[in-house]
Order: sequence, then structure tokens, then C-alpha cells
Amino acid sequence: MSTFLLIVVTGLGLGALYFLAASGLSLIYGLMGVLNFAHGAFMTAGAYAAWVTMTRLPSSMGVGLRLLVAVVVALLVGAIVGVVVEVVLIRPLYRHHIQQVLVTVGLSLAAVAAVQGIWGADPRAVARPEVMTGTVGLLGARIPVDRFVYLAVALALFGGLLALLRYTRLGLVIRAGVENRTMVEALGIDVQRTFTIVFGLGGAVAALAGVLFSQYAGSVSPGQGGSLLIYAFIVVVIGGMGSLTGTAVAAFAVGLVQQLANYYAVSGVGDLSVVLLLALVLLARPSSLKGATA
Amino acid sequence: MTRPTPATLLRVGLPLLLLAVLAYLPYVPASIPGLLPGRINGPGSMQLLATCLVFAGFALSYDVLFGRTGLLSFGHALFVAAGSYLLTVSLSTWSLPLPVAILAALGGTTMLALVVGGVALRVGGIAFAMVTLAFAQAASIIVLRDPGGVTGGEEGKALNRDAVPSILVGVQNAPYRYWLALAFVTVAFVLVRLLVRSRAGHAMAAVRENEGRAAVLGLTTYRVKLLAIVVGSFLGGLGGVVHALVLGGSSPSLTSAEFTLSLLVMVVLGGAGSTWGAVLGGFLYHYADARLVEAGGSGVFDVLPDTLRAVLSQPLFILGAFFVVVVYFAPSGLTGLGGRLIRKTGAS
Amino acid sequence: MSSVLVLDDVHVRYGGSHVLQGVSFEVPATGVTALLGRNGVGKTTTLKAVLGLAPRTGSVLLRERDIVREPTHRIVAGGIGYVPEDREVFGGLTVEENLRLVGPAEGADAAIVRELFPDLVQRRTQRAGTLSGGQQQMVALARVLLRENDLLLVDEPTKGLAPKLVTEVADVLARVAESTPVLLVEQNLPLVRRIADTVVVLDAGRVVHRGDARELVEDQALTQELLGVSMRREGAA
Repeated sequence: MSTFLLIVVTGLGLGALYFLAASGLSLIYGLMGVLNFAHGAFMTAGAYAAWVTMTRLPSSMGVGLRLLVAVVVALLVGAIVGVVVEVVLIRPLYRHHIQQVLVTVGLSLAAVAAVQGIWGADPRAVARPEVMTGTVGLLGARIPVDRFVYLAVALALFGGLLALLRYTRLGLVIRAGVENRTMVEALGIDVQRTFTIVFGLGGAVAALAGVLFSQYAGSVSPGQGGSLLIYAFIVVVIGGMGSLTGTAVAAFAVGLVQQLANYYAVSGVGDLSVVLLLALVLLARPSSLKGATA
Repeated sequence: MTRPTPATLLRVGLPLLLLAVLAYLPYVPASIPGLLPGRINGPGSMQLLATCLVFAGFALSYDVLFGRTGLLSFGHALFVAAGSYLLTVSLSTWSLPLPVAILAALGGTTMLALVVGGVALRVGGIAFAMVTLAFAQAASIIVLRDPGGVTGGEEGKALNRDAVPSILVGVQNAPYRYWLALAFVTVAFVLVRLLVRSRAGHAMAAVRENEGRAAVLGLTTYRVKLLAIVVGSFLGGLGGVVHALVLGGSSPSLTSAEFTLSLLVMVVLGGAGSTWGAVLGGFLYHYADARLVEAGGSGVFDVLPDTLRAVLSQPLFILGAFFVVVVYFAPSGLTGLGGRLIRKTGAS
Repeated sequence: MSSVLVLDDVHVRYGGSHVLQGVSFEVPATGVTALLGRNGVGKTTTLKAVLGLAPRTGSVLLRERDIVREPTHRIVAGGIGYVPEDREVFGGLTVEENLRLVGPAEGADAAIVRELFPDLVQRRTQRAGTLSGGQQQMVALARVLLRENDLLLVDEPTKGLAPKLVTEVADVLARVAESTPVLLVEQNLPLVRRIADTVVVLDAGRVVHRGDARELVEDQALTQELLGVSMRREGAA
């Protein structure tokens, strides 16, 4: 029973990370129809920005405080990278969706290679504060606290994004833009600017995902963002391409299935079972894969 | 008999001439400093050229999906890897004779293409790209987990040398492997040309140009796309078989996301939807990848600041950045650019 | 009489087809100008060319300012309200959200909205996608009236509506035109006769007739020649 609980909480924690990785991707796809392959590079950028910040800050500062500063730096770096990529690379190819994908593919290859060139291909250990390494007793199980941190961050982000979509003017424009971009433009609203903001937001969220995932893994490595991106893709497709609630549900389902299969079947089967889950969803309900918000 | 027109002569004659020149290269003892390692017919150059040709074939096989049918698949590496691993595993673990192993590899790859294509085509466009990437990733996971010790995990799976003809084994036999690669790319080239001109090829072009209209014309677009995936995967699987024979084994890098993306890069670099474009793109991509590693190690970039040198010593950085530039400034690839230049100079 | 909008030699090419082949006309600063013509002659494209929703060349002057190089959102924010063919309301948004998208109610017309569309006030929390065609048309009209406009572009507002609703829409347009000039694409000739002052007729991407609305509509031979129809549709307006 206690093992089961541990696995479920770990699965939910992992699902939370998948949600963090997928939500920005889903938001960008829903509004702009852009499959942002560079999203993995955004995550890597965030993770390395945080790692560099933490190593540069004086060690007299507590690890927890350094991590907090690092998260802020990573959010900024992610947002800036997102905005720059949108303005410089995506915008000139407006409405050429395939070329946009190609450009982000090239960017992701180049970015991973650049990181590898500068910091090496090997994983670098990241410092983890006590909050992230400790365990807490729950119904007889010892559960690592970091799982709850990921869950809390993901739920806060989910709630925040829903509120943004529902109650703000930006959210209103995004929801309208998902339905009919041309008409939003024809009502006198600069959709382009909204794209840039959404890309910046997506970059910041991706960077946060990158930092938290490096905390989960205990290290940063150039390929980390890319491997997380593949799970984010699976989550976005299962969740319905652009629906935030769908993305959240799919993220937790994928995290749980992966952990349960890894424990109750052979280790390693979990990753495959996720792909199998994707195949089953595709076979069962391909019609669900249309865009929608919230 | 009608006299062939100059255009036909050019179209048939030029490839034949090129093929003859390439086939003769193992007899050329000259060396091209800087471009090739050692003599042209030395084992280093032969091995490099052979691998470049195999990559040209990979690009041709992927272009059946992307350039000809408009399918943005990120899962093509799966079929290349399937061909390669099915061959090496058949030979060593199952001790099959080479011809049977090749048939098993091709048959297995084709079956896999039917299943994976059949499922992935339930969605279109961008979702299709994401789904195919996920399937390719599954292959990567399987290969790296090394179930039952058959795939060799990160080490890869060596070719069982006793099971292949001795002329394909050993450093001194590099020219034979080169000819094998040349034969593969020739077969792929001819098959793609034939496919493009067939009824199925026209249907693929129709799907690429306008899927909605193709459906109206009574084409079952699902079947046309599935056919493209199966044919492309068959060629990719054949490439995997040849790759394993040329390189003496299967490497898990064939299943990596990087490799599956690089197939796209090759085709777009050369010029999507063009046989010559794919050949050129695949060949140059691998050549640049291999040579840039050496340039990085040779101290060419030593004058640059450390960070920049570190970045530039990564071939994928240069290729990725160059790819972005091509997407912007030469959307029809190098062959498109070349064609434009030729027309321009011809006109002036 | 001054003109609010002047098109001069406007061309639109989509891929291989040359849809507008040098369209030139002026929209007077008052009343309703009807843009007529058979199906597929380029009426909707003309509106889209004005808005920058179609790739155009030539010159488009809005209150003597050339807007041909401006992006759509700036053209619209600069004083053109657009009611597209098929309404194009945001079905997943509520009525209120559809209206709020345009911004806080500011214009003198905002009062008209409340007055003209009491129905919408009642239905403000309903999703626009669940409204009837007529109600959606009201949303599409209301959301442009919320802002001060120098000109309204209205594309077939009565298409597919029941006769009673056609009359309602015509009433609204007539009322709006008292303060804001309207360029109206419309197939319903009785309605054109009722509310339009001038007409511009397109054929195959060119202007073939300009003149008084009533004169054209009442000249059976001319309407037959230019539009291929006469006043068959009775009583709709």
C-alpha cells in the first residue's frame, strides 16, 4: 500500500513536470498553429541559466535561496529567448507553418550543440535544497517532498493560466485568436503582439519546467530538454492539441501510467507504455484532436 | 526507332555518366588534400564516401514522404534503425543466413511501417509529426534498454562477420562496401524516379498539393499516404541494411531524435521533392558532419575566443544554423538555388 | 460632396488568378453605398482589399490617408468597422466577450447598441455559437458599432435570414447610416432600393456602373444586364 502511494505520488509529480513542459507548447500551438520544436531548447536554456546562476552565487547563500534566484533568472532568460525567437525567426514566416517547424528544428539542433560545445555533453550535478531532497511520512509511506513541490507549481500554473485565459483581456484575445485569428485582426487588434507575448510566456514556462526537471534529475545535460519535449508532445496530442485542461489531464495520466508500468511490469516498460497509450488514444478517438482552449 | 532528344540524353546520360565516374573512383589513386582523407581509393576515403552515399539513399527514402507526399514525419529513423537492427540481430542472435536475414529485415521494416503508419495517419499535419516522433522515440527506448541483450544497448550491435561474404569485411575491402553503397543509392534513385512517374506517384503529388482536392478527385488520401510511408520505409529499411553492412554493425544513434531530424535537414538542404536534391542533401550532410568534426579538432578555429570555438567545433551547431539560413533564403534547397543561378546566367 | 474612401486602380491577385483588375470608386461621406454584382465578381474581395485581408496593390485612401501599406489591425483601429460575410462571431465566446473584444463601449454608437439590440443584453452570458443566425448577425453588427467609425464595411448581412430579420437588419443599417457612411455588399435589391443612396456595380473584377441606387434598381433592363436579375425577390424589405 505504501509503495503504491509512493508510486502514485511520484507519477503525479512527474505528470506535473510534463504539464509544465507541455502547457507552453500547447498554448503556442493552439493560438498560432506553430509546432515549436525549439521548446526543448527553451527548457535547456532555463535549466542551464539556473545552474549557472546557482554556481555563480556565493555559497554563503543557502541553497534554497540560490535556487529561488536561479528560478527568477531562468524565467527571465526563457521569456527573452521566447520573444527573440518569435520576433526574429517565427514572425517572418507567418502562415508558413511547415517552414516555421523547420526553423525551430534547426534552432533546436543548433542550440543543443551549442550548449554541448560550451558546457560539455556530460551531465552536471545541480545543488538541491533540503526541501527538494527530504521525505515526508504519509499513510505509512516515505514520500520525497519534491514531488509535492512539482505538483504545487503545476497546479498554481494551471490555475494561473486558466485565470489568465478567462479573466484578462489578453486571455480573451487569445481565446478569440484560437478560434479565428483573421477576424481578431479585423476587429482592430494586433494579434502579432499577442503572439510575441504568448511566445515569451511559453518560453518562461518552459524554462521553469527545465529548472524543475533538472532538480528532479539532480543534474543538467544538453539533451534533457529534448527528451522531456518528446513526452510533452505526447501529452499535447493526447490532451487534444491546444486545450489546456486536456493537456493537464493527459500530463497526469501519462505520469501515472509511466510510473505504474515501470514498477508493476519491467523497468523501462513505463516509457513504452506511454507511447502505447498514445497509440490507443489515436485509435480510439482521433476526432478529439482538434484545437480548443481552456 | 526515334532519335532521342538532347533533353532525354541529358536526363538519362548525365546520371549514367556520374554513375560511371563514381563506380570508377576505387581505381583512382590520386588524393585531394583537404577534401578527402588520403588517396581517393584509400580505405579512409572509400569508407567516408560509402557512408555519404548511404546517407544520400536515406534522404531519398525520406523524400518519398516529405518532398513527394507532403508528410512531415519525424519518425523515419525508426525504419532505418529497424532495417539495420533486424539485420544484425537476425545474423547473430537468430543465426539466419544473410539472404534470409535481409528478407527478414526488409519484411519486418515494411510490416512495422504498415502498423505505425496506419496508426499515425489517424491524425494529420502537425499532430502526425509529433506522433511519429513519439513512435521513433519508443524504438530508441527499446534499443537502449537492450531487452535480452539482443540490441547491445549503448554499445550498438556488431555485425556477425562470419555470416557475411568476406569481400565486405576488413579494411582492404572498403571499395566493395563503397560499390554496395553506390548500388543501393542507384536502386533507390531509380525506384523513386519510377514511383514519381507512376499513377501512385501522381496521387502522392496530388495529396501534397492539395489534400482536400485530392480527396474530391476520389483518391483515398489515407491509402496514398500509407503507401508513401510503406515505400519510403522499405527504402529506408534497405538503407539500414546497407548501413549495417558498410559500417559493420548497428548503432543506437540511428534511433536518436537527432538522426530523425537530420533526415529532414538533409532533404530540405538539398531541395525537397527533387531526387537530385535528396541525393545531394544526404551526401553533403554526412560529408559536412564528418569533416566538420575534423575541422573542429584540427585547430582551424584556434584563433577564435574559447566559447565561440567550443560552439563552432560542434558540427550540429553549424549544420543547424546553416539549415535555418537555407529555410529562409533558399526554401527550395541547394538544387533549387543552383537551378535558379543556372537560369539567371543562361538568360544574361 | 467629399468622399470617405477612395479606391484607385486596386488590383488583387491570388496565386494565378487576377481577382480585382483595377477597381476605382469613391464612397461618399454620408449614407449607404451599395456594392453590387453577380456572384464571384470580386465584391467580398474588394472589402478585403480595403482592409488589407487580401494582398492588394494600388491606392486606398481613407479620409485622404493612404492605408494600402498598413496592417489590418491598424486600418480597422484607424476607423473602419467590418461586418464580414457569414458573421464570423466567436462561437466559443459569450455575447458579452464578443463585444468586449472590441474594447470598452465608447462611441456615440454604443448607446445605439443598447437601444437596437435589447435581445443581446439579455443573452450576454450565452455562447455566441449557440445563437440563431439572426442573433449572430446582431452580434457582428453590434461589435463594430461599439467603436467610433469613419466607415462601415458590411458584407451580405441578410444572407440566409428570415424576412422579418432582414427587415430588422435593414432598419439597423438605415439607422446607423444616419451618422456613419456604410459600404454595403448586398444581393437583396429591394433592400438596396430602400436604404442605399448610390451604387457601384462590379463585373469580372472591374467597376462597370456607378450611379444613383434607385435609378438602377428601377431600371429593369439595366439590372438585368448588370446583375442578371430583376426585382424578383418581393417584399423582403
